[in-house]
Amino acid sequence: MLKIQDITMIFGQGTINEKKALSHVTLTAEAGELITIIGGNGAGKSTLINCISGVCSPQSGKILIDGMDVTPLPEYKRSRYIGRVFQDPAQGTAADMTIEENLALAYGKNKPRGLHRGVAKKDTLLFKDKLAALNLGLEGRLKQKVGLLSGGQRQALTLLMATIAKPKLLLLDEHSAALDPLAAKQVLAMTARLVEEDHLCTLMVTHNMRDALTYGNRTIMMSEGQIVLNISGKEREGMTVEGLVQLFEKKVGTELNSDRMLL
Amino acid sequence: MTLIALVGSLELGILYAIMALGVFISFRTLNTADLTVDGSFVLGAACSAVLTAAGYPLLGLLVGLLAGMGAGVLTALLTTKLKILPLLSSILVMLALYSVNLRVMGKANISLMNTPTVFNTLHLSFGDAAKFDATKLVVGLAFLLIVMTLLFLFLKTKVGFALRATGDNQHMVRACGIDTDRIQILGLALANGLVGLSGGLIAQYQKFTDVSMGTGMVVIGLASVIIGEAIFGTRPLLRRLCAVVLGSILYRLVIAFAFQLGMPATDLKLVSAVIVTIALSAGLLSKPLRKHYHAKDKGGAQNA
Repeated sequence: MLKIQDITMIFGQGTINEKKALSHVTLTAEAGELITIIGGNGAGKSTLINCISGVCSPQSGKILIDGMDVTPLPEYKRSRYIGRVFQDPAQGTAADMTIEENLALAYGKNKPRGLHRGVAKKDTLLFKDKLAALNLGLEGRLKQKVGLLSGGQRQALTLLMATIAKPKLLLLDEHSAALDPLAAKQVLAMTARLVEEDHLCTLMVTHNMRDALTYGNRTIMMSEGQIVLNISGKEREGMTVEGLVQLFEKKVGTELNSDRMLL
Repeated sequence: MTLIALVGSLELGILYAIMALGVFISFRTLNTADLTVDGSFVLGAACSAVLTAAGYPLLGLLVGLLAGMGAGVLTALLTTKLKILPLLSSILVMLALYSVNLRVMGKANISLMNTPTVFNTLHLSFGDAAKFDATKLVVGLAFLLIVMTLLFLFLKTKVGFALRATGDNQHMVRACGIDTDRIQILGLALANGLVGLSGGLIAQYQKFTDVSMGTGMVVIGLASVIIGEAIFGTRPLLRRLCAVVLGSILYRLVIAFAFQLGMPATDLKLVSAVIVTIALSAGLLSKPLRKHYHAKDKGGAQNA
């Protein structure tokens, strides 16, 4: 489904601030697979997500979705195949527009946007059903502005918007990090359900090692622009947070000193 | 205020409201301060004046609208393709348009005295023709209603949604598979098209076009948007559009009233700038006041 072949991403190439964010990264993911990505600050997790979504263009390497080379496509064209949820709840929705209007924008992803009525009547029913399934009581608030929602509600809505047009790939960049623990748990459970229902290929960046092991079926760890650890199956099932830390230290040869990751 | 002065302000308010709706699109919907308006307003007026003088007043309005759209497209291209800051792009186009407008007009001003315009081709007078001629009011209102209806319907379409969301959150719009560059081009074209149309109407209404008549036009548009929204509200969308129109009319009435009180015409731009400054900072300025009141309330409650 997703093939990342040997991508290298360097910021500010040729300047004194040159920073190699990704170095020859190769990764393959299948449909229905939820891969969690962990790593310290500046490890290249977000850059990896941004290279896949088209926000950054890597200096070398290829990205294939479903066998198709998307490397030359601009961000908005790739969005047809990719659903995204960002860390900042404000980034995924238009605050000044209603819940219904936001969903209509996302739902129209693969259709031509002519001068049709913005929210078709039959779509409203679908939106209501999908919102009801979130269990947040949003189905009765279709005409309310998104700006009135809480962070958790907005993130749940973004998640719905990211998946409503049936993408091939779902990219989640620390999408539960800005939420309170309860809302974070709800959003993560929702994520797991949506990924399973739609059999999506998903990459989920998280700073929480426990979440990284609880959700999904593969975990990769990044450090200094490279994938240093890739565990799945039996090895992953028996893994604990402490075990992960030890494994990391053995592989990288330095002590893991990010409190944020251990919490 | 005399009835004639009142009706005059109303007529001007209605015609300038079309320009204010254009500013509403760029300032509120696309969330950019688009100074192209100062140039595209005159461009619309210039096209309209030249063609009216040649005997084609309606064609003049259409060409004014299209020329304004072209100016908007140019500004958007500078922003999206050449990556020039939006504000700077619009200043560059505004500057360039000054020369373009002089070329279109051939001289610094055009007078349309004794020339048929859209405002005197038909005659609608009530009772005694000399008493009250409603032609200008009716024609202006007709143009405004057509523009408002089309704009309202457009903002409710899928493309309209994309336009509104682009000013709100570009990340989200791109994540929804929409090319934000194209939406910005479309939005500025629409905005400046309306400004051009408004300029064209004003040229025929006042029968006089001057190359510098656009100076500060964007500020007047902003004043209309901000005053209208503050007084008449922003929700739902139809109400907001009406608010912008009413804001434009109100602005004209305030100006007329100030003239009545003896304000010299030369102070007009200064007063406009002050009005917009106060309106833009109203939220900020009222905060300390509100805090002050709250503090008082709490203090009062504790004392009681």
